[in-house]
Amino acid sequence: MQDQPEQQERPEQPDQPEVSRVAVTPAAADVLRTLHAANGPLMFHQSGGCCDGSSPMCYLEGEFRTGGSDVQLAALRIDGMAEPVTFWMSRDQFERWGHTHLTVDVVPGRGSGFSLEAPEGVRFLIRSRLLTAAESEALGWHTRQS
Amino acid sequence: MTRYAAPGEPGAKMSYLPRYDHWIGGEFVAPALGRYFENPTPVTGQTFCEVARGTAEDIERALDAAHAAAPAWGRTSAAERAGILNRIADRMEANVEALALAESWENGKPIRESLAADIPLAIDHFRYFAGAIRAQEGSLSEIDDDTVAYHFHEPLGVVAQIIPWNFPILMAVWKLAPALAAGNAVVLKPAEQTPASVHFWMSLVEDLIPPGVVNIVNGFGVEAGKPLASSARVAKVAFTGETTTGRLIMQYASENIKPVTLELGGKSPNIFFDDVSAADDDFLDKALEGFTMFALNQGEVCTCPSRALIQEGHYSDFLDAAVERTRTIVQGHPLDLTTMIGAQASNDQLEKILSYLDIGQQEGAKILTGGVRADMPGELAGGYYVEPTIFEGNNAMRIFQEEIFGPVVSVAPFASYDDAIRIANDTLYGLGAGVWTRDATTAYRAGRAIQAGRVWTNCYHAYPAHAAFGGYKGSGIGRENHKMMLDHYQQTKNLLVSYSAKKLGFF
Repeated sequence: MQDQPEQQERPEQPDQPEVSRVAVTPAAADVLRTLHAANGPLMFHQSGGCCDGSSPMCYLEGEFRTGGSDVQLAALRIDGMAEPVTFWMSRDQFERWGHTHLTVDVVPGRGSGFSLEAPEGVRFLIRSRLLTAAESEALGWHTRQS
Repeated sequence: MTRYAAPGEPGAKMSYLPRYDHWIGGEFVAPALGRYFENPTPVTGQTFCEVARGTAEDIERALDAAHAAAPAWGRTSAAERAGILNRIADRMEANVEALALAESWENGKPIRESLAADIPLAIDHFRYFAGAIRAQEGSLSEIDDDTVAYHFHEPLGVVAQIIPWNFPILMAVWKLAPALAAGNAVVLKPAEQTPASVHFWMSLVEDLIPPGVVNIVNGFGVEAGKPLASSARVAKVAFTGETTTGRLIMQYASENIKPVTLELGGKSPNIFFDDVSAADDDFLDKALEGFTMFALNQGEVCTCPSRALIQEGHYSDFLDAAVERTRTIVQGHPLDLTTMIGAQASNDQLEKILSYLDIGQQEGAKILTGGVRADMPGELAGGYYVEPTIFEGNNAMRIFQEEIFGPVVSVAPFASYDDAIRIANDTLYGLGAGVWTRDATTAYRAGRAIQAGRVWTNCYHAYPAHAAFGGYKGSGIGRENHKMMLDHYQQTKNLLVSYSAKKLGFF
């Protein structure tokens, strides 16, 4: 059920990719450690749409059921956490986001959705940059045309 | 008066309480765990009240109250419920300025919008559904000479409603009015960014609503929203928000075999055909206003016309004029009557918009105006303000594909009608769209070809209660507004009756 995108790095080593699609800032890693200690293994699903859309939603691993319509972009290794944090996105959204590298950051905020960090007074936030040509090549990514 | 006094200031039209508990069973109820969270105004970033931080225990208590109230409420006559809805509307009409002030202070929107749109629309919504429920009839089918099928509308019972923060009072009313008209009891969870204004609304109308019929539980999504959305004790969940939470709510609902309605946003195209610029007249002026509608409510509208597609023949002229129109938008104190654009609703919303301004430029989109956080003077310095921004780029860019929920429009040219429709439909979403043309055939064909639930034709951002609103594709399931919304809050009871004394002959 948990498909890797065709463009994804070697699936047998998702947590140690040579070229990553997703990174985590030190501040976001701190929040993840806090949430992990309080709740257990974690996952992200990247949201789209209105209101709090575009936010990465953080859940207990398995709370959000992924399926064939999702792709796993990363399994994020966080120091001090036994299990990696899987990072998911809807496949159709990935087709439109796949040319960008994502960094999970955290900012003060009120949250919303059912993401775990909101009661802490912070919100995870995605910062983006374009994949470099070398990264696109390594990931086998071909940008769609408008 | 050009500036409304802020809530609680001398001469203000309303004031907030320093603290809000839950509203359960017709009274304030302290949260079971005794915790509260701070509620800042986006106007200044300063906290103005604290609000109950609800948990599953509070949700259960609210569901107890709702279930206690639902049977009697569901048996009231349509005339009685319509009378209550009309009295709610009258009470709101007598307090328009107070409600508008409450909404603007909590959300950050300019008060001229709250006064002219949010609150009058909310008032009309109650009146519309008061009328709709009076006019609604069941049906009967005459199967044969001896057999009749009667169809009755019955309320669902107790429904859950999760409200977004972009129009805190109006969006609550969009969900409350049809639910109450249909005879349901409600447990409502406001957004944690805007948890208090609906309490102020309730303070105005509480004596009109039987205890337990409307219950308000505040708190965070993971602590209060989840136990409400996943409860087996609700007959339906209505949610407005984003896609991941929408999917999660559907997953919870699937565990309980409950229906959901979801409104999950869009990336609405606003199409300007060449003939819009055929004359320099009122219509061209209206179309330029239609372009600038991306800045309405700071762009925090699910149907924000955030992709402007302009035909090549008038592209430069129209865009130049649109940039000029955008530059005349007055950004300022949301309580100032001359202000056209106020504050984004929260800090995280501000940060998200800035992240899109960043990736848009990285992708090579050109900023024609705006593109930065607005530096505001004095007490507004701590608020969350963004300059109205026009990007020029192409439809493959992230800023054309994801809802930014800010005052940001992404512009691209198109060559032909077919080109326009192709670009318009090249999106995951399908909530709103705009078509601008002087040619009735083009308007009709384009309107039918665009895969979106509403196509504004030679207008934009009108929200009359009598027009269905909802999404195609990833924008959600179900509709809001219009009498058809009653169907989302009613069961169909069929009595299949035989008036024959003769057996069938099978046994």
